[in-house]
Amino acid sequence: MTEKLHQMMGLSDDEYDLIQELMGRKPNELELGMFSVMWSEHCSYKCSRKVLQLFPTEGANILLGPGENAGIVDIGEGLAVAFKMESHNHPSAIEPYQGAATGVGGIIRDIFTMGARPVALLDSLRFGPLDDLRVKFLFEGVVSGIGGYGNCVGIPTIGGETWFYPNYQGNPLVNVMCAGILPAGRIARGMASGTGNTVILVGACTGRDGLHGVTFASEELTDTSEEQRPAVQVGDPFMEKLLIEACLEAIERNLVAGIQDLGGAGLTCATSEMSSRAGSGMVIHLDRVPCRENDLTPYEIMLSESQERMLMVVEQEKIEAIKEIFDRWGLESSAIGHVTDDGLLQVYNHGNKVAELKAEFLTEKAPEYDLPAQEPPYYQELKSQDLHSLPQPHDLEQSFLKLLSSPNIASKNWIFRQYDYMVRTCTVQGPGGDAAVIRVRGTNKGLAFSSDGNGRYVYLDPYKGGMMAVMEAARNVSVSGAKPLAITNCLNFGNPKRPQIYWQFKQAVEGMAAACRALGTPVTGGNVSFYNETSGEAIFPTPVVGMLGLLDDVSRQVKKGWSRDGDLVYLVGDLQGSMAGSEYLYVVHGMLAGEIPAPDLERAARLNQCLVKLAAARLLSSAHDISDGGLLVALAEASIAGNRGIEIELSLQQDTRIDELLFGEGQSRVLVSVHPAEEKELLDKVHQAGLPCHRLGTVGGSQFIVTTGGEQQLALPLDQIKATWEEVIPRCLS
Amino acid sequence: MGALKEAASLRRPDFMKFGVIVFPGSNCDLDAYHMVRDVLNKPVDYIWHQEKTLRGADCIILPGGFTYGDYLRPGAIASFSPVMEAVKSFAENGGLVLGICNGFQVLVESGLLPGALYRNIHLQFRSAWAYLRVENPDLPYTRKAAAGHVLKIPVAHGDGNYYCDPETLEQLKKYNRIAFRYVTAGGEAEPGANPNGSVDHIAGICNARGNVLGMMPHPERAGEALLGSEDGRLIFESILEHWGESA
Repeated sequence: MTEKLHQMMGLSDDEYDLIQELMGRKPNELELGMFSVMWSEHCSYKCSRKVLQLFPTEGANILLGPGENAGIVDIGEGLAVAFKMESHNHPSAIEPYQGAATGVGGIIRDIFTMGARPVALLDSLRFGPLDDLRVKFLFEGVVSGIGGYGNCVGIPTIGGETWFYPNYQGNPLVNVMCAGILPAGRIARGMASGTGNTVILVGACTGRDGLHGVTFASEELTDTSEEQRPAVQVGDPFMEKLLIEACLEAIERNLVAGIQDLGGAGLTCATSEMSSRAGSGMVIHLDRVPCRENDLTPYEIMLSESQERMLMVVEQEKIEAIKEIFDRWGLESSAIGHVTDDGLLQVYNHGNKVAELKAEFLTEKAPEYDLPAQEPPYYQELKSQDLHSLPQPHDLEQSFLKLLSSPNIASKNWIFRQYDYMVRTCTVQGPGGDAAVIRVRGTNKGLAFSSDGNGRYVYLDPYKGGMMAVMEAARNVSVSGAKPLAITNCLNFGNPKRPQIYWQFKQAVEGMAAACRALGTPVTGGNVSFYNETSGEAIFPTPVVGMLGLLDDVSRQVKKGWSRDGDLVYLVGDLQGSMAGSEYLYVVHGMLAGEIPAPDLERAARLNQCLVKLAAARLLSSAHDISDGGLLVALAEASIAGNRGIEIELSLQQDTRIDELLFGEGQSRVLVSVHPAEEKELLDKVHQAGLPCHRLGTVGGSQFIVTTGGEQQLALPLDQIKATWEEVIPRCLS
Repeated sequence: MGALKEAASLRRPDFMKFGVIVFPGSNCDLDAYHMVRDVLNKPVDYIWHQEKTLRGADCIILPGGFTYGDYLRPGAIASFSPVMEAVKSFAENGGLVLGICNGFQVLVESGLLPGALYRNIHLQFRSAWAYLRVENPDLPYTRKAAAGHVLKIPVAHGDGNYYCDPETLEQLKKYNRIAFRYVTAGGEAEPGANPNGSVDHIAGICNARGNVLGMMPHPERAGEALLGSEDGRLIFESILEHWGESA
């Protein structure tokens, strides 16, 4: 009977044996449920922990690395930034509005738990093609869920990216990132410290929503996943707003000894993690937990994932002050137990002990797996395909317009205009820039954020693709003039128990780790989301990197659009890209193949440093990363953003494929524009950095003109390019 | 005499004091506060929704946000806050009351301004830069503008679709109570310039006396070039000028 129960809860027979061994007895149903959620992949990282140790996590300005609710980076002047990214893929696949909304709510709580005032949100989204009705429903629901929550709590959604490909059809990715600012010396910790201190539960009442949400998130989606809808929580952003204000006030007034949000695995997770981190224990009384209904069982209370709740550890003499704050904000605050020094988590209900186990059993003692990894057969096969034998398009103009019409490249304004990206009046660059930039009030500083992860590259070559995700994110921050400081991430993969998926995972992490080392951007935390599969089909391996960058002077931030007629346009980096895994290859030739060129990490580091220097010296009129769609698309994007035409002349080598020149993709390639009077100084600095540089043409007029080898390839009115690019997504949805 | 003289000399723009009401769920309170304190360099206080006085403020700002989560209707629950009694009598005595976004919704729900703010016509939240044409340059809020002056000021709302019955609309027009209309950058009231479907492109209206103004766009977000526009300052500087002269 019990054997069956643990399987139903997602625990293996081996894991059940291990539980009995740890406990020295059979666990009761509640204890088993607690193990089940805490040993789920979502909470325990049991299949990923070993691999994640490859990430560099230390650096001069890293105040707090992985292991807490969010990583923290020192930005000088006594301030620090807490930031973290998390996935909410499975809930969003079932109930897109609430799935996305509660994802936003959860990541915000992770930030203010640290004592940081949340100041920015970003979202990294992946969907199937928009011609599918269900995808449209998911897409519209996710976007309005993100807006619905973020707008209401008053935290600007300043950036992110959205990308479409068929293998995300049944399993969209919703990765949400939040950043907050705090005094560097006042980090709040998720620790149950101080024996005898009171444990207080604040915020929303506990209900039956989200039972076993983390277990649901740790298995593949199937035809019957719809039945799991009750595992999706419902968010209340108004409650969250009140909770932010009340908790931050309590932390600012130094009233809390420890604090943690209740997210996945609810009270079980918060009590066991806080105890375990501090090496302490807790006694809690479930009959003191305010519930929405009277008849909740201890099991339901311990596993509920009701949103907008926080757990605090408070010294005796500060309880009154805490109560006053929460009363003022109209919030519940209930003393539900106290901290002990015996390492035990003891759960009582109406005086009866209903569970007792060491807190560390649920956390540190969770199993750790090193799973078999195997290179999938497609890897060599796709790599060896000869792309140069493909026919060249007769009509480059048509290929170009086709690329601009790809939803991956087209304007995402339909999304952004549903997000309040200006609230808090700090947004210097909102959505649509290479990086989003906010000022840090009270200083001259600015923070830049970017989220990136091209699943197609990672599929073709997980190692290089993992590197490239970090490189692109760092470059996006650098072109904005900010120094890349650190990353958070969301690692979205299929079922890790399949060796080919696990191979993708390991390779990608190794690549990311190598890039993080080379670029000086340690990993401060993140999240792993496995089991992104629908009916046996996995998504592209999609590690998403959330990069934090720092501008010493926010007024030196650089934008991507041309800003002045007569400015000269240069490409810093290699002129020629590669067709391997490019948007062009997919959109025009319907192919996914090729060998990704090995990225040069050392050059990438030099490029980033050079860009930051150029921005600081105010030499750049604009700067824009060349990414999806290649050179021509990047030029068009800079023209659209600056509302200025351009005339470009490219020289051709003998064996140049024009399509590869115009649409090829590659790393460390950036478009810059410069005033003619500052050209020399710019070139000197670029050459000093040992970077290749190519003059492309001049900004001006209302036409978009491209000539290669003396032959005019394109001459389009900018208005037409802009209209093409703007109307794609609205048209898909109408 | 001396005291009176002193009071009169205090009534210079330098000493004008603003109050920003904070309701549960207000989230542009901070932005309004910073606009006054950091951009205008004027004194400003937050006023909690349960307070019964306005702390001697000379101009009250009802900020944007989602008071009470927009539950029931945007602004509906906040309009019953204790502080709103004080705001109403302040307004009746000619005090300056500026409602921005959710603050506009609160003013409408309180009966201080006519009409209603419906769901945006396209049913989506809309966050974008908008262009407002100053329709009445004689208000305390617009006196530094010329009629037809176009201001670049952002909107961010889900329920900003202003509606009133035809008689009320006639009254608003007749007595010049339409403060701003949504227009193109060139100043034309074309359909594409209206972000929410408001009747007659209305972006902001005032009461009969002209001391209470409600507007959906956010002038407090347009105070600095770094953020994309300084046009919102004109509204606050008009308030200061008005206050200084009305001594």
